Amino acid sequence: MNNKTIAELARGLRAGEFSSVELTQDYLERIRQFSALNAYITVTAEQALAQAEVADKRLAAGTADLLTGIPVAQKDIFCTDGVKTSCGSKMLDNFISPYNATVVEKLNAAGAVMLGKSNMDEFAMGSSNETSFYGSVQNPWNVSCVPGGSSGGSAAAVAAGLTAGATGSDTGGSIRQPAAFCGITGLKPTYGRVSRYGMIAYASSLDQGGPMTRTAEDAAIMLQAMAGFDEKDSTSVNMPVPDYSAGLNQPLSGLKIGLPKEFFGEGLNGEIAAVIETAVNEYRKLGAEVKEVSMPNLKHAIPAYYVIAPAECSANLSRFDGVRFGYRCENPADLADLYTRSRGEAFGKEVKRRILIGTYALSAGYYDAYYLKAQKVRRLITDDFKSALAEVDVLMGPVSPTVAFGLGEKTGDPIQMYLSDIYTIAVNLAGLPAMSIPAGFVDNKPVGLQIIGNYFAEDRLLNVAHRYQMNTDWHKQVPKGFE
Amino acid sequence: MSLTTDDVNKIAHLARLGVDTQDVDTYAHDLSGILDLVTQMSQLNTEGVAPMAHPMEQGQRLRPDRVTETNMREKFQAIAPQVEAGLYLVPKVIE
Repeated sequence: MNNKTIAELARGLRAGEFSSVELTQDYLERIRQFSALNAYITVTAEQALAQAEVADKRLAAGTADLLTGIPVAQKDIFCTDGVKTSCGSKMLDNFISPYNATVVEKLNAAGAVMLGKSNMDEFAMGSSNETSFYGSVQNPWNVSCVPGGSSGGSAAAVAAGLTAGATGSDTGGSIRQPAAFCGITGLKPTYGRVSRYGMIAYASSLDQGGPMTRTAEDAAIMLQAMAGFDEKDSTSVNMPVPDYSAGLNQPLSGLKIGLPKEFFGEGLNGEIAAVIETAVNEYRKLGAEVKEVSMPNLKHAIPAYYVIAPAECSANLSRFDGVRFGYRCENPADLADLYTRSRGEAFGKEVKRRILIGTYALSAGYYDAYYLKAQKVRRLITDDFKSALAEVDVLMGPVSPTVAFGLGEKTGDPIQMYLSDIYTIAVNLAGLPAMSIPAGFVDNKPVGLQIIGNYFAEDRLLNVAHRYQMNTDWHKQVPKGFE
Repeated sequence: MSLTTDDVNKIAHLARLGVDTQDVDTYAHDLSGILDLVTQMSQLNTEGVAPMAHPMEQGQRLRPDRVTETNMREKFQAIAPQVEAGLYLVPKVIE
């Protein structure tokens, strides 16, 4: 059962092949069996079985949703009422959330069964899951490699069959890059499409939650439940949610694909470039027209991101002060000592680096040179995307310049780690939707194809991804030992 | 762009962030490297470009000024480090 898609499991539940309780028990057993992957921070077995019982009743009563009874993992960035929500940090190791994130509410309402909370980089700051207070996560394709990050636990859990689907969040590539490294399908929606309420904030103008699944068909099912306007999120966009599954099968004849030439320059592994080229050729066979486009300001995306994200992070993380919730240091001498030591003792090195950079960029006399400049650069990058997407329907390219790297390989050099997000970061700056789908292997490790679409064109992205998956079997590959 | 250990200590103070003395040099090195990376954007001419805050140019929504949240003080305070009589306790601020 563990390597079936959500769509297949939903059919099995309806046909009475198995119950949600049986399915849930099966996944919980597998999570125990493969606990060495460290994909979960918290497993909520008891609550999961209770949810599964309710789901079985809904299925029997004929009031079930497509997700009813389907086991999912929630990235530990989403607040879950009564369940520890750590965000991968010592700061929130003792934090039992008093409320649910909107995404959690919505998946609960659809009847999904939460298996637990998946591991992640601390406060979603990282590209390898190695900054987690709870330790790194193993990549099921090669256990000495990272799963990517920051949604590394979610990606590894889906790839290893430790959940049918998972939530992720993407600020600079945190859904797409781990999806690519673990050979699964990941979708970062348009900024404002999925509510950020209760999703612990890293960089508020970039953060966006989305689904991580085996297939595009499953991503459509999960996004359907997750998307929509939310009064509680002031940046949520009030747009109707289309039926994401309805257009999945539309033929791709006449689809216009743009290849940004800046995505294929130096730094890209040649074998990955070849995999992407093969995938693009597959699209040609499906009737797509391909042309080169140029986005000259793309090279400024990483510099702009490493001002905007740390600046917003330094403001957002100021709420963690040891007063109302979270970690508090022992015997504070005075209020300043309470703040300084609580924060100093509970945040890890990468989080501290970003708070320091952000604080510096926002400090008196530097605001114009850094944050304001970066927001202007951001507009130029966005304009590049807009002109490219006026000519073509979707953009395609690699997700990451390399396949999954070794555990510990890049931890000594934070800037090398930052540069590995070169193809994903610009999409967040522009607020566009994008996917990563499995497109092949290099060194027996998965390679992801990135598909970027226009604002609110998630339905088109899913269609483009689904048609490819109907004609290829990269997404059906299962890592050895996890069959 | 190079930051000194004094700069790091000053920034850490602004952020109310404890940094171990033995790590200050490393932070100075790492932060200087990050600043070198980000100042590459100064090559780009942004004269007359309006800064971008929201991809859809959406401003903050307004709502009627009325109470919509229920009082959950006890639930929230149940996870606080130290409370008494419904108040959050911190070390004495005024002598």
